[in-house]
Amino acid sequence: MEKILLLGFSDQASLKLLPEGATVAASLAASLECSWEVALVGKGVQEAANALGSCGAAKFYGVEGDEFAFARYSSDLPAAEALLKASQSTLILVPGSSRANRVLSALAMRLGGRADTHVTRVAVEEGKVLANRWFYRQRMEACFSRSQRPWVISLEPGNVEPQSFNAATVSVEMVSVALPDDAKRTKVLGLKYPAGTAQTIRPDAQLLFVAGAGWTKKQPDGELHVPEAEKTILDFLEKTQSSLGSTKSLVDQTGGGDAVLSFMTHLNQIGQTGSTPRHAKGLATCCHGEEPHVVGWRFITERRAVNIDANCGWARGKTDVLYVADAFAVMKKVNELLSE
Amino acid sequence: MANAYQIIVCGSLVPDPLQTLEPISSPSGPALKNELMLPAALDPWAGHALYEAANLAKKIPGTQVWLVSLGPKAKLQQLMMNIAQKAAFTFVPVEGNAGGFMSATDSASALVKAIEGIEGLDKERMLLFGGWESASRGAGSTLQLIGDALGIQDQFMGVDEIKIQEDGSFTVLERVEGACHQESLCAGGPAVLGWATGNLPEPTNNPQVGMVNMRSIMPALQKAAKADVGLDGVEYVSVSLPKQLRDTRIVKDMPVDEIAREIVEWIKK
Repeated sequence: MEKILLLGFSDQASLKLLPEGATVAASLAASLECSWEVALVGKGVQEAANALGSCGAAKFYGVEGDEFAFARYSSDLPAAEALLKASQSTLILVPGSSRANRVLSALAMRLGGRADTHVTRVAVEEGKVLANRWFYRQRMEACFSRSQRPWVISLEPGNVEPQSFNAATVSVEMVSVALPDDAKRTKVLGLKYPAGTAQTIRPDAQLLFVAGAGWTKKQPDGELHVPEAEKTILDFLEKTQSSLGSTKSLVDQTGGGDAVLSFMTHLNQIGQTGSTPRHAKGLATCCHGEEPHVVGWRFITERRAVNIDANCGWARGKTDVLYVADAFAVMKKVNELLSE
Repeated sequence: MANAYQIIVCGSLVPDPLQTLEPISSPSGPALKNELMLPAALDPWAGHALYEAANLAKKIPGTQVWLVSLGPKAKLQQLMMNIAQKAAFTFVPVEGNAGGFMSATDSASALVKAIEGIEGLDKERMLLFGGWESASRGAGSTLQLIGDALGIQDQFMGVDEIKIQEDGSFTVLERVEGACHQESLCAGGPAVLGWATGNLPEPTNNPQVGMVNMRSIMPALQKAAKADVGLDGVEYVSVSLPKQLRDTRIVKDMPVDEIAREIVEWIKK
């Protein structure tokens, strides 16, 4: 008989990750006809638990305290370990985030189990729990089951529509965790944003706008037009509130001494060594649509591209529409139309 | 040198990103069609880890770098032909299956054995580097498991920068949600750093470095330990390719104004 635990971090409440996780946990528990519980680590555990008050969990656990307020391997791991031991669950669902994924594999191993990260679907078929995840950077998808327990499953965000749970005051069983001194060798100093840049990455945006290296190359008049490119792109982002992505070649120019877009960093990079964001639509400009970049588009539903090369990678079945045109001219006109 | 580190870089090979991959069933579980024939490359994020390690070694006298790799011996040899000229390192190969469907736990335990076998390794001064995820399994598990098995309490993932201080402590920037970094100060080694892209360009080939590396690489390959890497309790029900091709409408000779209007309508739809 399985028992399910939703393990989360209280800062995931603001990212809507906890409701997503609770939705999956409730559905899985119904399929397996078993009970499920919630365990939270961080600051404001009671508030985060109350927000899930009506979710149907049988019990709530928490680890709270100043030492657990921020994301740190050496404190998050013992906290999560204590919660799993308190719950004795066999299936552990964890909303995937940088904080969670940093500790889950070691957590499962310490308890004699195994972890699988970036899971996009969990279901029950013929009484067996099955998980789906992608391999080779979103190039193939596998469905599998696992014999070891506890089985820690990190859920990739954005794959389920979260239910809205009514808030209610719940009773949280606080678990005490004492950290040894050698677990405090790391001090989290805070968050750091790329210096002097506009906020260009918007994970919740409908549209992903990708800029390729062509924006910083010589144009038909033989000149570079980087300031004009920057203005056009930022105007478009401002008007559409879209999220900005980049090709590897464009962000790599930062280290190569070539002309660069001042607001572009490696955080914007999409593809093999970048991110794989989830947006309803994507528009690529001055980008050749090569495979290492396009694997990052796996979860972009509708795709369009603007490029002067009719034989580029996008033309080979990777986009719905390829406009063979000068992106400078097209995007300038797009901005004009969006201003009307 | 008080601040000198011993940097272990864990990095293996992955199929060249430009290759078309097709899954097949094999007696040992899912695999790639013609896997042994596919051109291989150093895992991109592990590559960044190696270049960052080499950069630190240049800046901090006395710092040593080892590259610990799991994979088929012949493929590892090919890989070394490509990267031996990029950075100075001592190669520690482990012969075993490096496929994406194989177990991170098995891979980690093979790599832990290899690391523990490195002569003269001082764990207190060790920085364990690698990619924060691989381009094969992409789980972000192996490095974490190695670190935990070696008893390392400080782990950082999605690292883009490390700055070593005078006293041997260092600050680290890790990628977190919201397009920003979390900055942490760690008292010093040992620590695990799973690298994202970092900030360094790929180094140019240096034939002299390559010559020195190759002298130790070939003997190391000959005596590479064998590791049994398998599925470890996973039963694959299916492995499939997503629908790759779309019916691309290629629009040529359409006036710019019309293209712009069509794009705006699509955005607003």
